[in-house]
Amino acid sequence: MKRLSLIVLSGIAAVALAACSHNPPPVTTPQQPNADSVAAAERARQDSIDRAAAEARAREETERQRQQRIADSLAALGHTTEAVRTMLATLIHFDYDKSNIRPEDASILDQKVAILQANPNLRIRVSGHCDERGSDEYNLALGNRRATATKQYLVSHGIEAARIETVSYGEERPLAQGHDEAAWAQNRRDEFEIVAGGDALRQP
Amino acid sequence: MKRSHVGRLERERVALALAGVALLSVFPAVQRSAAQDSSAVDRGVRIGIIYRPGVRPGLVVLPGAAAPDSVRAIIARDLDLSDRFELITLPAGDSIRVSAAPLAGAGRPPAGGRGGAAAGLNYQLYQALGADFAVGLALVGDTTVLTVHDVAAGGVRREFRSRLPPLKDPEFRIAVHRLADHILEATLGVGGIAATRILFVMDGKVYAIDQDGADKRLVSSSDHQAMSPAWAPDGRRFSYMEFWSGHGQLFVQLVGPGKRQPVATTGQALDFTPAFSPDGKTLAFSRATEEGTDIYTVNIKDNCCLQRLTVGRFSDNLSPTYSPDGQRIAFVSTRPGLPQVYVMAADGTDQQLFAPFDYGVTGSSNAPDWSPDGQSVAFHRDVGGTLQVFVLDARTRAVRQLTSLGRNEDPTWAPDSRHVAFVSDRSGYRQLWIIDLETGRIRPLLQQSGARLPAWSPRIPETASSTP
Repeated sequence: MKRLSLIVLSGIAAVALAACSHNPPPVTTPQQPNADSVAAAERARQDSIDRAAAEARAREETERQRQQRIADSLAALGHTTEAVRTMLATLIHFDYDKSNIRPEDASILDQKVAILQANPNLRIRVSGHCDERGSDEYNLALGNRRATATKQYLVSHGIEAARIETVSYGEERPLAQGHDEAAWAQNRRDEFEIVAGGDALRQP
Repeated sequence: MKRSHVGRLERERVALALAGVALLSVFPAVQRSAAQDSSAVDRGVRIGIIYRPGVRPGLVVLPGAAAPDSVRAIIARDLDLSDRFELITLPAGDSIRVSAAPLAGAGRPPAGGRGGAAAGLNYQLYQALGADFAVGLALVGDTTVLTVHDVAAGGVRREFRSRLPPLKDPEFRIAVHRLADHILEATLGVGGIAATRILFVMDGKVYAIDQDGADKRLVSSSDHQAMSPAWAPDGRRFSYMEFWSGHGQLFVQLVGPGKRQPVATTGQALDFTPAFSPDGKTLAFSRATEEGTDIYTVNIKDNCCLQRLTVGRFSDNLSPTYSPDGQRIAFVSTRPGLPQVYVMAADGTDQQLFAPFDYGVTGSSNAPDWSPDGQSVAFHRDVGGTLQVFVLDARTRAVRQLTSLGRNEDPTWAPDSRHVAFVSDRSGYRQLWIIDLETGRIRPLLQQSGARLPAWSPRIPETASSTP
C-alpha cells in the first residue's frame, strides 16, 4: 500500500514535470528527425513514466472501486441475510391429519427452492408438527410425513436431498397454546431452520 | 363420603343382626354388571352393592390396637380399589367386637402367640354383617402380622409375617401394598394390583405413581423431552423415548437406582413407542424416516440385531404391543388410509387387520395395548371428532366401546387384566383415570392436569423395590 502511494506520488510529479516541459514546445518547430540520442532517450523515459503513472492511477481507481464494492456488498449482505433468513423461516401449514402441500403453500416452498439454489452451501432442517387433536404417538409419524412431504417437494425442484434434514415433534411443541381451530391451524405446520451455511445468504 | 354411606348401611345391618333376623346367606352370584361409563358410576355402584348382596365376597378389616393406622388404611383402600370385595366397615371400631364377643366367643380359646388370630373373634357377627373374610393386622415386635380369616369356616385361612420398612422409607407404601395383594391371593386365589405403579408423562418428563394415587415421583430428570414410557415384564426396568436434536433416542432404565442405558441403534432416526417382548430380551419400537414409519425390533440383552418387521413405503406402521405369549404383535397401520389396529406374527409375517372397522365410517384407531391375560387389546378410536377407549376381543375380534364421556385415550392394562388406566378430560382437564371393566367403576388417579401416556406396571417384585 505504501509502495503504491509512493509510485502514485512519483507518477503525479512526473506528469507535472512532463506537462511543464511539454507546454512550450508545440509552438516551436517539430523536432528534427536527427535529434540527438539524448533527447530521444529522455522522451522515451518520459513516456514510460507517463504510462506507469497512468497505470498506477488506473490500478488505484480499480482498487478503490473494489473496496467500495466490498463495503457496499457487506452492508447490503447484512440486510439480505436477514431478509433471506426471514423468507426461509416462513412456515407452511397443513390440513387436519394431512401431509400434502397446500397449493397456497407451494409458492412459499418455491421461494425456499430459490434461496437454496442461490446459496449452495446452505443446509436446512425441516420439522413437522401437529395439533393436539390426534393421538400423541401417531402424531410423531404424521409430523414425520409432513416434514418429508416438504423435503420431497424441495428435492423434486432441484435441491440436493443431502442438504435437507427432516425431523418430527408431533404435537410436543405447539406454537399456539389454545384449544380451538385457530390454534390448531397454527400448530399444524412445518418449521425451517438453518443447519449450516447461513452466515451470508444471497438473495435469490 | 363413601365410607359414611357404607357405615350407615352397616349400622342397619348390625341392627338387623342384633334383632335376631336370620343370618345373611351368600346369594348365588348374580351376573356382573357390564362395564359402563358414567360420571355417576361411583354412587351407582354403591347402590348396586346395597341391593345386590353376594355379587362380591364381603370383607371386613378388623380394628386392632397394635398395627399402625396408616398400614390398615392403605390396605383397606387397596382392597377397595381391587373392586373384588364388598368392604365392610365396622362402626364405632372396637366396641362392636368387644360387646359382641361374649355372645358367640364364649367357647373360643384366648389370644395365643399366633398373632391372636382366632382370639375372641365373633365370626357369626361378621357373617351376619355379610363378611366372607376378615383381615386382622397386628404388630409383634417389629413384625407386622397379617391374618386372613375365613368367616364361614370360622378359622384362620392364612397368616403372613412381614417386616415393613419404616413409615418414612420410600419403599414403605409398596411393602404395605404387597400385603394387600397377599390378601387377594389368600382369599380369592388371584393376583392383585396393589403393588403396582403407573408411569406417565407430564411436562415432557416421566413420573411414576402408585396405583392408589400416592407417592408420585419423577423418574426421568433429563432436560430432553420424554415420551412413551413402557414397562419391562419383570417390573425392574422400563423404557422410554427422549428427543435428542430431532432424533428419538430410546433408553432402558432400572427402577431402583435409576441408572439408564441408551438402546443401541436408536437415536439416529426418530425412534419411539418402545415395547418389551414378554421375555424381556427384545424391544420393539417405531422408527420414522423419510421412507415413513415402520416397526423394528432390537435385542436389548446383547444390544444388537436390529430387525425390520414392517415395510410400508406408502403407509406408517407404529405403536407395537406384544401378546403375553410373545407370539404376536398388535400395531397401528395407516395402510387402509386412516390408522387402524393390525396384528402380525412376532417375526413380522402374517400381517392382517385386527380390530374390524367400516371403511370410510370408522375413525382413526391408535395406541393398542395387549392385556396381560392375552384376551383383549385396548385401544382408542376417533368417534365423531373425539377419542374413546375400545376393547377388542383377541379371539372373536369383537370390538366394544368402553368410554363415552369426554375425550378418552391411551389405555393401559393393569396386571389383573380387568382394570385399565387411560387419559380423560371428563373432569375438565386431561388427567389419568382408572376403570374397572367388571364393575364399571371409574376413579381419577391423580388430581393434576397434563398427565398422559400412562403405562401400568406388572406386579413390582420385591427385589426391585428394595434397592435404595
